[in-house]
Amino acid sequence: MTSRLRLRRALAAAMILLGLSGSADAQGTPLRVPTTVDTLPNGLTLIVHEDRSVPVVTTNVWYHVGSGDERPGRTGFAHLFEHLMFMGSKHAPYPQFDRLLEAAGAGNNGSTTTDRTNYYESGPANALPLMLWLEADRLGWMLETMDSAKVDLQRDVVKNERRQSYENQPYGLAFEHLAAAIYPKGHPYSWTTIGSMADLSAASLDDVKGFFRTYYAPNNATIVVAGDVRADSVRAMVRTMFAEIPRGPAFTRPTVPPFTLRDTVVTLEDRVQLPRLYLAWHGVREFSRDDAALDIAAYILAGARNSRLTKALVQDRPLATSVNAFNSSKRLDGDVQIVATARPGVHLDTLQRAIDAELDRLAAQGPTARELRQALNSIEAGFLSRLELSSGKADQLNAYYYATGTPDYFQQDLDRYRAVRARDVQRVVRTYLRGGRVTLSVVPQGRTTLAATARATR
Amino acid sequence: MRSLTVAVLATLVAVGFPRAADAQGVTPTFDRTRAPALGPAPTLTVPRVQTSTLANGPAIRLVEQRELPLVQIILSVAGGARLDRDDAGLISFVANLLDEGAGTRDANALQGELAFLGASLSTGASWDATTISLKVSRRNLDAALDLMADVVLRPTFAASEVTRQRDLRLAALLQQKDQPAALASLAVAQTLFPEGHPYRRSASGDSSTTARLDSATVRAAYQGAIRPERATFYVVGDITLDEARTALERRFGTWRASGEERRPAPVLVTTQRASGVRLILVDKPGAAQSVINVVSPGVERTTGDYAAIEVMNTILGGSFSSRLNTLLRETKGYTYGISSGFAYRPLPGPFTVSTAVRTDVTDSSLVDIFRELRAIRETQVSDAELERAKAYLGLAVPGDLETIGQVASEIATLALWNLPIEYLAEYVQRVGQVSAADVQRVARAFAPAENAWVIVVGDLAKIRAPIERLGLGTVTVREVGLLTR
Repeated sequence: MTSRLRLRRALAAAMILLGLSGSADAQGTPLRVPTTVDTLPNGLTLIVHEDRSVPVVTTNVWYHVGSGDERPGRTGFAHLFEHLMFMGSKHAPYPQFDRLLEAAGAGNNGSTTTDRTNYYESGPANALPLMLWLEADRLGWMLETMDSAKVDLQRDVVKNERRQSYENQPYGLAFEHLAAAIYPKGHPYSWTTIGSMADLSAASLDDVKGFFRTYYAPNNATIVVAGDVRADSVRAMVRTMFAEIPRGPAFTRPTVPPFTLRDTVVTLEDRVQLPRLYLAWHGVREFSRDDAALDIAAYILAGARNSRLTKALVQDRPLATSVNAFNSSKRLDGDVQIVATARPGVHLDTLQRAIDAELDRLAAQGPTARELRQALNSIEAGFLSRLELSSGKADQLNAYYYATGTPDYFQQDLDRYRAVRARDVQRVVRTYLRGGRVTLSVVPQGRTTLAATARATR
Repeated sequence: MRSLTVAVLATLVAVGFPRAADAQGVTPTFDRTRAPALGPAPTLTVPRVQTSTLANGPAIRLVEQRELPLVQIILSVAGGARLDRDDAGLISFVANLLDEGAGTRDANALQGELAFLGASLSTGASWDATTISLKVSRRNLDAALDLMADVVLRPTFAASEVTRQRDLRLAALLQQKDQPAALASLAVAQTLFPEGHPYRRSASGDSSTTARLDSATVRAAYQGAIRPERATFYVVGDITLDEARTALERRFGTWRASGEERRPAPVLVTTQRASGVRLILVDKPGAAQSVINVVSPGVERTTGDYAAIEVMNTILGGSFSSRLNTLLRETKGYTYGISSGFAYRPLPGPFTVSTAVRTDVTDSSLVDIFRELRAIRETQVSDAELERAKAYLGLAVPGDLETIGQVASEIATLALWNLPIEYLAEYVQRVGQVSAADVQRVARAFAPAENAWVIVVGDLAKIRAPIERLGLGTVTVREVGLLTR
């Protein structure tokens, strides 16, 4: 797995979810996801949330390492390593991991993003000791069973994932070019999580061992257990299973240089029928001051049927088949994207002009009170819906903990959005979406004349 | 259920601890050299479904679930894309248009109001049914239900909206030419199902039918298909049966059918079983991978062998540890994943083995797929595989009933085959009783080996000759233009 849709990205592309109330000063019951938090002497942090609604449990482990921690020449490594974590450990040799869990009625998976790698198991509540035993064994006893054959096999599997998800899909490679265009050379987010074929080929067993020793250590991990469990019992079990695993070494995080994005125009040809335009700007870090306002701006631009860009490009004039806006804020940095697919025969400069006209309008006048309220109600509905699944809560608890130090951050997160005013939305559109940007066109082969050009006026 | 649990515990690789375990199975001097013994698996608690009927016909099936102040209402109208008849994609198009303007509101106003209420409304059609699904806070249910009633009872089908949605669908159909999975799907349908079979053409339409769509056609189809005598409301969440009935009666109590009923066409043809292995190749020049679908006719959902078939499929290609995935992904690295499955629709859909493999191992992958299809027929599966598959299916059921959406969907899906929710407990029991002999029997009956259609979408300049050299069966090439007509 590579990137998963994150909380804010899902909101920005909003299918509307459920609301607490339609009135301006609605309070409703505060969102609470009670947890216990413990840290072992080796640095491992355990977060437990009891939820007895159904007799299931999820174990969700976050290692605080992602593709952003890679270096050029070894892109795709964090994700390749995620695959290797399923290749067996001393007391649970391959292929026991999946087989034992399936025999207990549990499913499992993992995913890698720019900032973290997660692993989760979900299943009947009685399977918890098995889940924790397997996670402990691969944290503490995996390296001795790792060999070149395993690395070679999963390298092939990951290359197939790249082919299937990116190379063999229309527009599949656009994002790779986009990331390299938005972020300066060497920036942790300038390459994609899947990595390049050449770098995947270069990854060696020594690289794997070094990566593990640095990043896969209890002091760099948090475990969330959510479901039909007793917190004290879980804490005792985790202590028993994980306490003897030694702490790992200190390491440095990548530095992120400040940068100003200048207008950049890129054209790609691909096996596609319809041209597609990607506009991208340098954004902000997640949870920073302007992050919530940018999420709301993205919603107002393209989050619903009656949003600004949807109305202008899909409804009022038949310019686009679809338009989406994402505020992709991440741990170290962020970007904002608007993506529109042209109707047959429509030039991408036409789309670009129409999008710029709407951005100018939003920057000049800001949203209406009604638009702002619709955005907020939609976002609040999403928060409530996200509390339904214990597996969803588990991952969110991990995300909040890593970003803020507080796992039960749900209400504070919602409050960020409630605090956004129309003038904030107007300000962030002006500040972040009217300056230098990447204009990337994907056009059918031989049709570069349909590509967007640099803006004539600024 | 009891016997299933015992069987599972007996097959865990772990051996029990020498000392007594605490309630969760871990001792103070924990022996990490073996997997922990687990306590008994939780028993399935089937949700309690309450029923009622509106005076004008529609039934209500309701489950109270008060974990959160949310309500999900799925209105399922029997018929679905089976009612397309000669107009491929018509019913799903009608479903799409329902919320593109209804009552006094145009599409923007309607969907904006729903979003303002924090409500989620979706419309769509499967082969079985047209569904209109609403999820909303308890607090805003009344206002949202008013809008849902507009969508179901008073859709506008304005000419401008029909034109727009028609053009968007045409654009989507155009884009299929470059989507290998979509091309494979079209080829499967056009190969397995002869002319006159409802599944030959896509439920999402084709360009010739779509180009003909207009308001009058859409409205006539809506009247013929969306009728109260075919409707059932599935309600799950923070609401009582009385409250639900009152709320639905107020909005839907005067719903009357109008115009002539639209019925599915009689089906006078059956799926085509291949004689021998028949390969159909579709060209995608320069493709990094080949998409492979090996297909044969499936089986009715109502078969008495359903549990055995699902167990067999889990072992063959329905889990990460399945034989196909273990061989083609985890041993050979040919693919990111391979799976198999039976599609149960009103009439049997296909059995399909589906994967995308590196271009230069397309031929080898085909050899390996057929190897596994033969093996599961020729030799009984091992006890370990059998018990693992049974546990994977049987023990996972409670986890599929956590959200109000999951519960509502489960009840609605079972109802398609006239099965009550209590069937889930019976299913778990039946899964527990499946034997290795059963698995072999259903594999021989339903998993193809000598007779199968093989669809490959890939770079023919590279893969055609190696495939022909395999001598698996006859090879024909299908033009993309003909597939996506």
